[in-house]
Amino acid sequence: MDKRVSEIIAQSKSAGWVLEPLAKELLNIYGLTTSRFFWAKTKDEAISGAKEIGYPLVAKIVSPEVVHKSDVGGVVVGVKDDEELLEVFEKLSKLPAFDGVLLDAMAKGSEVIIGSKHDPQFGATVLIGIGGTSVEIYKDVAIRMAPISCEEALEALNSLRGHKLLEGYRGAECVNFDHLTDMIARFSQMVYELSDEIESIDLNPVLCNCETSTIADARIILK
Amino acid sequence: MKLNKILEPQSIAVYGLSKSNPFHPANVIFAKNHLRTDSRTYAINPKGGKHYGQKVYKSIYELPEVPDLAVLAIRADFIPETIKSCIDAGVKGAIIVSGGFAEAGRDDLRQQVRDLCQEYNFPVIGPNCLGVYSPPNVNTIFLPLERIMVPKPGCVSIVSQSGGILVEIILNLIQESVGISSAVSIGNKDVIDEVDLLEYFHNDEKTEVIGLYIEGFKAGRGRDFAEAVKKTDKPVVIFKAGKTPGGTRAVSSHTAALAGDYLVFSEVMKQCGAIEANSPAEFVSFCKALGRYPGKGGKNTVIVSVSGGHGAISSDICSARGLDLVEIPEADKKELAGKLSENVRNIVSYNNPIDLTGSVSDNDIAVATQYFLERDYVDQVILLCLPYVPGATPDIGAHISLVTREIDKPVLTYIPNMPKYQMYIEGFETNGLPVSHSVEGVVYMAEALMRAK
Repeated sequence: MDKRVSEIIAQSKSAGWVLEPLAKELLNIYGLTTSRFFWAKTKDEAISGAKEIGYPLVAKIVSPEVVHKSDVGGVVVGVKDDEELLEVFEKLSKLPAFDGVLLDAMAKGSEVIIGSKHDPQFGATVLIGIGGTSVEIYKDVAIRMAPISCEEALEALNSLRGHKLLEGYRGAECVNFDHLTDMIARFSQMVYELSDEIESIDLNPVLCNCETSTIADARIILK
Repeated sequence: MKLNKILEPQSIAVYGLSKSNPFHPANVIFAKNHLRTDSRTYAINPKGGKHYGQKVYKSIYELPEVPDLAVLAIRADFIPETIKSCIDAGVKGAIIVSGGFAEAGRDDLRQQVRDLCQEYNFPVIGPNCLGVYSPPNVNTIFLPLERIMVPKPGCVSIVSQSGGILVEIILNLIQESVGISSAVSIGNKDVIDEVDLLEYFHNDEKTEVIGLYIEGFKAGRGRDFAEAVKKTDKPVVIFKAGKTPGGTRAVSSHTAALAGDYLVFSEVMKQCGAIEANSPAEFVSFCKALGRYPGKGGKNTVIVSVSGGHGAISSDICSARGLDLVEIPEADKKELAGKLSENVRNIVSYNNPIDLTGSVSDNDIAVATQYFLERDYVDQVILLCLPYVPGATPDIGAHISLVTREIDKPVLTYIPNMPKYQMYIEGFETNGLPVSHSVEGVVYMAEALMRAK
């Protein structure tokens, strides 16, 4: 296991899950594309970080006590300038166990969910679904035992009832399948390698367009 | 662990023969194996004596030979020491019929047996099971002979966690005249489980289809099972019980909430190429079709019917099941018309499902079946054969089998199951043509062939 990966996992053990900036760092180590991000612990860092990321951006709470960020108003989308950023920083800093703000570059595309769950019978698995109602209402997902190849990832995507949504249905943005299936295959290899450590993962949403696929949010729950 | 001495023993020792209870499992097992298998069978009871003229041995060391297999139907407390003496004597494997282990709170006994088996690489089926039916060598299913039917020999092997369900499956297979090679009830599967048996049947020459009734795998064994399914080229048919989630668990991720235990099971079975049946009826139909036509058939289907209504119903089920009812080219419709008798030529509906009408003769049915089997765009024919059509005779099965002797593609037939139609059914079955007794069932058979591709 990569040294930094074991460090991140060791550091996250007590909370039981991996803070989003660390989760994204971990994903990057395995060659998975996340949105560009900056972890700002102070307002000054936030201002300089925003220069790197560029406006508009997404600001999210970093706190070991906040797993579900949106539920507590911990995600602000479309922050447009320094002034708004400072306001948001101030607001987020009031949330429990505040440990900084994650600045995320905005990404565009169709929403896909890629996840993993450690199944007691089958070990590490990969789950793929199309974001929004397709997953939430229709439970339209494909599950495979990890690891899987790019071909198997494509077969899994095609097995979704809503797979036409990814092919540019009615003018929707079409997905770069080479990039997306490569991401799924790498992800499946990662969860297979880390199956002793990881309970479940949500990459949700992964934003997919005709050029690339970008992990916009990541939640890694440890065993 | 090697299972061949458990499934193909030449000699068997049965522990636990009762002097007072003639229906004791050990007594039934001894009688069945002594009288009705090819294996040399010995009864063991520390009291010794005679049992219907047969010597009862006091211990394994008294036997005139070291048996391949020991069958244990004794109290759970005595099992670990008995297993140890079997190992010491050189027995090659055991079936523990008795219950009273983990399921009765005696995890210590389970652990002792497991440890012994692992240390000495000694295969054990059970405990808490009906054991093995594997003619002509062994039959430990301890139900009185007069109350169960004997299946005909065949190429389907069955594995079931539950003994009751195993018997149920066997009865269903008998009813659909599916032949059985072996059947194993694995009970608590403390040593040998589904994965070991799948691997055994993969290598077993007599087995063409492996059917499993699964309640759940032990930790991590699901993955081993999936890998084993990937490795075998024999069709693996599965029926799963326990699909409803047992209570809600607090889940902290979306994925964990979405990926319920059964959904994961079902998806992984698809991924590894196992064919999951949704009902016992499907399970039987799948085993039947795959046993008869391994590696044959596919998606492209023609329905040949003698009734428009039956054709319509079965075509609805076909589409729901993902089978393609191929379109018949105009030229072929004309050509087929030329081959049919004048009686029906002008009243037949030539669109798939083909309706030959109630005016057909055996010959017309055979001609149409042959015509479609010969077409490259057809993988299989579903034949809806209604014996009450005046021109259809009990010879129809023989007619069709003359056709299939020339063209090796599946013909799957529906005939209603009435005593009066038995001659029609036997005409097909005797000639190796599988018959289903429901319109759904005949489509399930076609579906199994498509899914096994």
